[in-house]
Amino acid sequence: MSVPPEIPCAARVETRVEDDCLLVELGGCWRITERRPSWIEAVAGQTPARVRLAFAADIGPWDSALLLFVHEGRQWCRETSTPCDLSRLPGPVQQLLRQLAVANEALKPADRSRDFLSMVGLAAQDVWRKTCDITTFVGECVLGAAGLVRHLNKFRWRDCLEEMQQCGAMALPIVSLISLLVGLIMAYQSAVLMRQFGADIYVADAVGLVMVREMGAMMTAMILAGRTGAAFAATLGNMKANEEIDALKTLGIRPVDFLVMPRLVALAFMMPLLALYANALGIVGGMVVSLGILDVPPAAYWVETQSAISLSDVTTGLIKASVFGLLVGLAGCHCGLQADRSAAGVGRAATSAVVTGLLLIILFDAIFAVAFNVLGL
Amino acid sequence: MNAPATPAIDVAGLECGYDDNILLENLNFQVGRAEIFFVIGGSGCGKSTLLRHLVGLRKPTAGTVKFFGESFGEADASRQRALLKTFGVLYQGGALWSSLTLRQNISLPLEEYTALKADEREDIIAMKLAQVGLTGYENYYPSEISGGMRKRAALARALALDPAIVFFDEPSAGLDPLTSRNLDELIVNIRDMLGTTCVVVSHELASIFAIANRVIMLDREARGIIADGDPRVLARESADPRVRSFLNRGEIA
Repeated sequence: MSVPPEIPCAARVETRVEDDCLLVELGGCWRITERRPSWIEAVAGQTPARVRLAFAADIGPWDSALLLFVHEGRQWCRETSTPCDLSRLPGPVQQLLRQLAVANEALKPADRSRDFLSMVGLAAQDVWRKTCDITTFVGECVLGAAGLVRHLNKFRWRDCLEEMQQCGAMALPIVSLISLLVGLIMAYQSAVLMRQFGADIYVADAVGLVMVREMGAMMTAMILAGRTGAAFAATLGNMKANEEIDALKTLGIRPVDFLVMPRLVALAFMMPLLALYANALGIVGGMVVSLGILDVPPAAYWVETQSAISLSDVTTGLIKASVFGLLVGLAGCHCGLQADRSAAGVGRAATSAVVTGLLLIILFDAIFAVAFNVLGL
Repeated sequence: MNAPATPAIDVAGLECGYDDNILLENLNFQVGRAEIFFVIGGSGCGKSTLLRHLVGLRKPTAGTVKFFGESFGEADASRQRALLKTFGVLYQGGALWSSLTLRQNISLPLEEYTALKADEREDIIAMKLAQVGLTGYENYYPSEISGGMRKRAALARALALDPAIVFFDEPSAGLDPLTSRNLDELIVNIRDMLGTTCVVVSHELASIFAIANRVIMLDREARGIIADGDPRVLARESADPRVRSFLNRGEIA
């Protein structure tokens, strides 16, 4: 019998000696969620020749708690080599007790731990497989891009526009705030240095150049790595868990064409626009600080900025932004498509999308720095 | 025992739905103790919604649900927690926690609600897994086993605390006929052994005729119960053609 909640009664054990036999009677309600009597206390140090278990007249509902008690008793009997008679217990109890005993002695659960060497081997295999996966994915994206150019009418423009809105327009508030603050911070930092040389006006050069060449693209890319890269990974990871990706494959549609290309195109277009916007706001931030603490009028600041920044500075920044956008998109989509089919897998995919995105951004920024230096841009 | 006549579940005037979309209204039924009770009906009639209301995941817009004479909705938080111990739920997809192994999945309710020692917990876990035929899979993660196995493991978890009432949401959906039949036998078994009340939401006719003591049939247009009784009798003698049609797979006898 199971345990309706409304009956307040406790499990009870009574022992009685009949001839040389210890009779253990079980009464009351036995609930696994309540405290149950212990066998050792019930026997209380007696050393009977035989033990017999039976239900008392007032036995109420019982569950696994009773089984555990009887099981404990049976083990005690085995250890003290006392004969144990369970035949007075009703059929269901005996049947469940057999199940408990069988489960208890059943084959041990499969040991799934591994030794150090095989772990190293598996990790190496894993690295190799991941490298292959990434190469394949990048290759597929290149093929997808080629296909996109050839069949422009088959491209999912609607999805692309939606993604553009999500990763571009919707990111405007956070990009505004962060780039304005970055401009402010840089102006403050350079003001300290410039004022020592009486070169206050050159704050405009510093803020303008750093913003346009470096920070505009970089900060936007970082924001999008956290915002959009993670979202791509979570969306695609969840689609994979729902077998939506499989459904595309069996229809003969490549997931890269259908899901990845619109996202990549959206990011590659929106990133330069966002970076340009970030540049402008960064310069405004610098202007505010210059006016506030250096008394440089905005008009002078603007003229100085114009003379400091050339078109090639802006272009290098925008090229970077576009590449960073592609990297963030690639990292997000790749992590999403490789996600495990579980809730934890989707979480891991989002995490690794952000981490990979940030890593790639910094890595490629360094490569760009060297390359632009060599090219003299 | 006092008042054994209180039904396990007593539903009175229950109204189910989402926001302003009322699916079912003025539901009244009782589920007796140790009964295998099926809720049937076509797709979209609100079977799963009713289940979510019964287990307290959704608050009813009107009416009450009483377990052993005690209303879940009106109980205070600590009493609700006590009532939660008295029922287990087998969700449609299993709903095993994916970051935990099967052992940990079954162990969690035991750790949360009992004072068992670790080795006793292990015994219970081994027994529950053996009951559902999953001995040896203690250390597997849900993603590493098949759908049918996941469902059985979820049943082991639902049974971990020996609940007085077990709710099953489409237990045989997606299972092969043999596994589905084993699950039916398992339901009958736990009822016979422990007197568990089983509420099954299903439209698997084979299961209904094999194990149901009583069914209620819901209907979308009627927004309520259109049949209540023994499925074999209803299939033959129900006055309502919808009921006979459903229970005879469209071939009205």
